Amino acid sequence: MGVRGFGATKAEAFEQAALAMTAIIADTAAVRAAEAVTVHCEAPDDELLLADWLNSLLYEMAVRRMLFSRFEVRLDGPRLDGQAWGEAVDVARHHPAVEVKGATFTALRVACDDGVWVAQTVVDV
Amino acid sequence: MELQLFTRRSEYEWEIPRRDAMRVPGVIFASEALIRDMDHKVYEQTVNVACLPGIVTAAYAMPDAHWGYGFPIGGVAAFDPAEGGVVSAGGVGFDISCGVRCLNTGLTREDIAPVQKALADLLYRRIPAGVGSTGTIHLDAAEMDAMLTGGARWAVGRGWGTDADLERIEEHGRMRDARPDAVSPQAKKRQRDEMGTLGSGNHYLEVQAVTAVYDATLAETFGLRPGAVVVMIHCGSRGLGHQIGTEFLKRMAVAAAGLGIVLPDRELACAPIDSEVGREYLGAMRAGINCALANRQMLTHLVREVFAELLPAARLVLLYDVSHNTCKVETHIVDGRARRLFVHRKGATRAFGPGHPELPPALRAAGQPVLIGGSMGTSSYVLAGVESAETLAFSSACHGAGRAMSRHQAQRTWQGRQVVDALAARGILIRSPSQRGVAEEAPGAYKDVSAVVDAAEGAGLARKVARLEPLVCVKG
Repeated sequence: MGVRGFGATKAEAFEQAALAMTAIIADTAAVRAAEAVTVHCEAPDDELLLADWLNSLLYEMAVRRMLFSRFEVRLDGPRLDGQAWGEAVDVARHHPAVEVKGATFTALRVACDDGVWVAQTVVDV
Repeated sequence: MELQLFTRRSEYEWEIPRRDAMRVPGVIFASEALIRDMDHKVYEQTVNVACLPGIVTAAYAMPDAHWGYGFPIGGVAAFDPAEGGVVSAGGVGFDISCGVRCLNTGLTREDIAPVQKALADLLYRRIPAGVGSTGTIHLDAAEMDAMLTGGARWAVGRGWGTDADLERIEEHGRMRDARPDAVSPQAKKRQRDEMGTLGSGNHYLEVQAVTAVYDATLAETFGLRPGAVVVMIHCGSRGLGHQIGTEFLKRMAVAAAGLGIVLPDRELACAPIDSEVGREYLGAMRAGINCALANRQMLTHLVREVFAELLPAARLVLLYDVSHNTCKVETHIVDGRARRLFVHRKGATRAFGPGHPELPPALRAAGQPVLIGGSMGTSSYVLAGVESAETLAFSSACHGAGRAMSRHQAQRTWQGRQVVDALAARGILIRSPSQRGVAEEAPGAYKDVSAVVDAAEGAGLARKVARLEPLVCVKG
């Protein structure tokens, strides 16, 4: 399943890609931004950094049994410092549809097209 | 796809002739109708796999092939380490050793009918399924490593099954040469609470009845008489496998250039079998296989407990357990010579023919059971391995139907409640924590599994034994 984030900045496109990915799992409007989780990634290029960011979020959701609904990204060269806000999975309220297994390198792309940043990849569900 | 892209070798065999950087040809097994409907990406990805170092004979795609990540799903490729062959994390997939197991129950659909609803409800209560679910067993570090080394043997040692189960599992329940030390702490942490869980998406547990028999002798050997009831479990290595796949995909992509590998596409990330990252991946991937085997064994134990409560006459005997996302070391005859090859099957089932020494004595004359999963309203099939598959595709066959429609499109087309009600009217009881998940997995979102199975048989990859229809389905 493809996810694509758009933004005025690269960081915003990364945030939107994360929101698209979590929307595959559950309706993010139903997920309260109650608890913050910090994520750090580092990769040799933007594309691998995007995959790392998304995979780090999947990892945090899995081990914490949480869903996320809000994201903030700061980029500094090969490094990403991010925060994700969400809450513990509540099956009765969130009705989560499917786990995302991982962010792949398929259709993986980070670029600025006509002043709009795009961050996209295909995730395995 | 356009038929002129191929040289037609036979009714069900389509060759992509070797050209440019391809080291071997590509071969897709399909009927004309299936190949016309197949995504063009299957062609591109089969060509890309044919370019990888050390590939032997051909890059294959099964009749259910569809667009995957690097390798097509339904892809089979064998590599020779003596010729610089590679191992690919993408060639195995994120859900390492995802697979299917089938349990005979000794019951008929008439036995099930009076308790069908109670059975559906109790299975749903006892089988942890869906996002965020956890098992009842939580592993400490030592037990985690024991599980990763021991697979289903570890689970049986803990009391979740019998020794008789083990001979009905590929690798006799335990993948050798697993390396828990090559599995990251993150992967182990992700798995700590997920043992004995079904997962979500296309994973399921079904109670099914045999509705057609195509080969009476083989069906008798497999315990699949008309009306016989079986339990089919489809799931994999859960969070541990996903994390191993994620980590090694990146490591291989970053390391490729330094290892002298030119990738036609980054998603083909791979490493020489005889390299540090290659060896570590193989060790970790084998630990992932053991995790999946242990997980399916633990789920089997839960199912047996449920049947013991509701249907004490049932005797749940494992017919077979197959994995369809793996890389395994196997000996195959190539040009008259036995060669030790690393065979990737991604969304493809090993299908050893009659007489293969890996098969348990009771199944050796019949050939390996090949379990083809449907889902909810669609049929499942049991096939048997045949000798011809050895020369056609390193003894491999298809694994399922494959999606015909995206999840998004399915969600817009159906509502979960409608799907559940429509199937209930057909006598199929669905239990799932997510109505949206049910809509995304609606039977109409999948290709016609019967066409796939017919093509597999027509191509000589496997022989049809029986068709099964669901009575109860627990979806994650």
